Amino acid sequence: MDTDTALAARLARDLEAAFPTLVEDHQDRLFTIALRLLGDSRDAEEVAQDALVRAFRAIAGYSPDRTAALRLRPWLAAITVNLARNKRRRHDDRHPAVQLEPMLAEGFEPADESGTEPAMLAAGREANAAMTATLGQLPSAIRVAIVLRHVDGLSVAETAEALGRPEGTIKAQVARGLERLRLLLAEADSAGSPPRRGATAGSSAHTPPSNPGRAFAAAEVLS
Amino acid sequence: MTAIEATLTGLRTQAPATLATAVLVRVGLADRYAVTETPLGPTFVAWNGRGVSWVGTAGDPAAFEASASAHTGRPISRADALPPPLARAISRRLSGDRRAKIALDLRGSTAFETAVWLKALEIPRGEVRPYGWIAAEIGRPKAVRAVGTALAHNPVPLVVPCHRVVRSDGTIGQYSLGGPQNKRRILAAEGLDPDGLEAEAAAGVRYIGSDTTHIVCHPTCRDAKRVTARHRIPFASLRAAVASGYRACKHCRPVSLAGAAA
Repeated sequence: MDTDTALAARLARDLEAAFPTLVEDHQDRLFTIALRLLGDSRDAEEVAQDALVRAFRAIAGYSPDRTAALRLRPWLAAITVNLARNKRRRHDDRHPAVQLEPMLAEGFEPADESGTEPAMLAAGREANAAMTATLGQLPSAIRVAIVLRHVDGLSVAETAEALGRPEGTIKAQVARGLERLRLLLAEADSAGSPPRRGATAGSSAHTPPSNPGRAFAAAEVLS
Repeated sequence: MTAIEATLTGLRTQAPATLATAVLVRVGLADRYAVTETPLGPTFVAWNGRGVSWVGTAGDPAAFEASASAHTGRPISRADALPPPLARAISRRLSGDRRAKIALDLRGSTAFETAVWLKALEIPRGEVRPYGWIAAEIGRPKAVRAVGTALAHNPVPLVVPCHRVVRSDGTIGQYSLGGPQNKRRILAAEGLDPDGLEAEAAAGVRYIGSDTTHIVCHPTCRDAKRVTARHRIPFASLRAAVASGYRACKHCRPVSLAGAAA
């Protein structure tokens, strides 16, 4: 029995006693998912908080059987992705002209991030900054699949469950995303600066037009 | 694993240190507290997502945390300030606005205790009622002593105004938040004269009637306070008032009290 199955069983028996463990075990990954989808650490903290509070209230209304059967990793990811999508929409309504990706491309990293990774080497941090900027250039449907599959480390099946998409779709989106990341990063490397949107039009024939602020097509979850 | 996949894995980040506590407070599995100003001076108020959970004199923080945790069974941590809406609501409530909504987290209390505390909330600022009134109002007229015990265990004094409940003999009585002197202080701050009330009670006055309306009230009822001295008729018991043709006030709803009834 893996730790999540054991935790779901404990939550089913005594939600209040087991919930602090759920927070402890999952807060970093939910914060990471939100941060990689939103790009702003304050928004990400709010979304991760809201996701955990929602999880608590949802379980409080579930039967013990239903709680014990929860697959916590994809379930919590799904809640976080949905809340991040809503936050993005509200943000766009308030600030229609501001787009995240150009800012990231110019090097506006979330301010307090370096402090959370003190041991990181400068080269690694540079690679992370380049990757963060490049991730932001992916169409949102593909970016969310990449974030769940390769940043959070869900399996293809778990990513499919979290996003409510078929496994085949996830596989295709992840492959396409990795390929685009490879191209964009190579291009940025050779140009010596972050790549510009549109430079890879040839590889984006199957993706929606890039309006990353609005095109975030997250999953149907919380059935 | 490719280099790109490794870099993506490297984007994992730690959540801010504030996140876990914030979540646990919001779902009511942990409490926060901060100091706020009240007529009794600086006061500690603890709360969580369900409501205000514990109130105490702002003295030694460690002692307050220990008493709160012992009562609630939850971890508690200090905050810089109350959430502004809560601070405003408490301030409004203390200045007499009973419409100010303050959620209370009374988990762990008995139904009887909760009924006593909620009834105390109905007593307006500047008025007091005897323990026996609460007992009668909650349908347990003989449980006067238990009402006193429940009020002594009020986890949120000031917010639930147990200081507005006095002994049936008219003396001010005990107070859980710093002793009887504090009860007098807060009642005085609410516009009452505790010494005058006790003196009147000592002289045998339990109710005040008006000989123009023939309505009888508790002495601090807002209707009784409007009766001019010329028309103010004191009674030692409700029975005596009723025998004289008076009816009970519909606002303060006086009841016959064991020991006060003839």
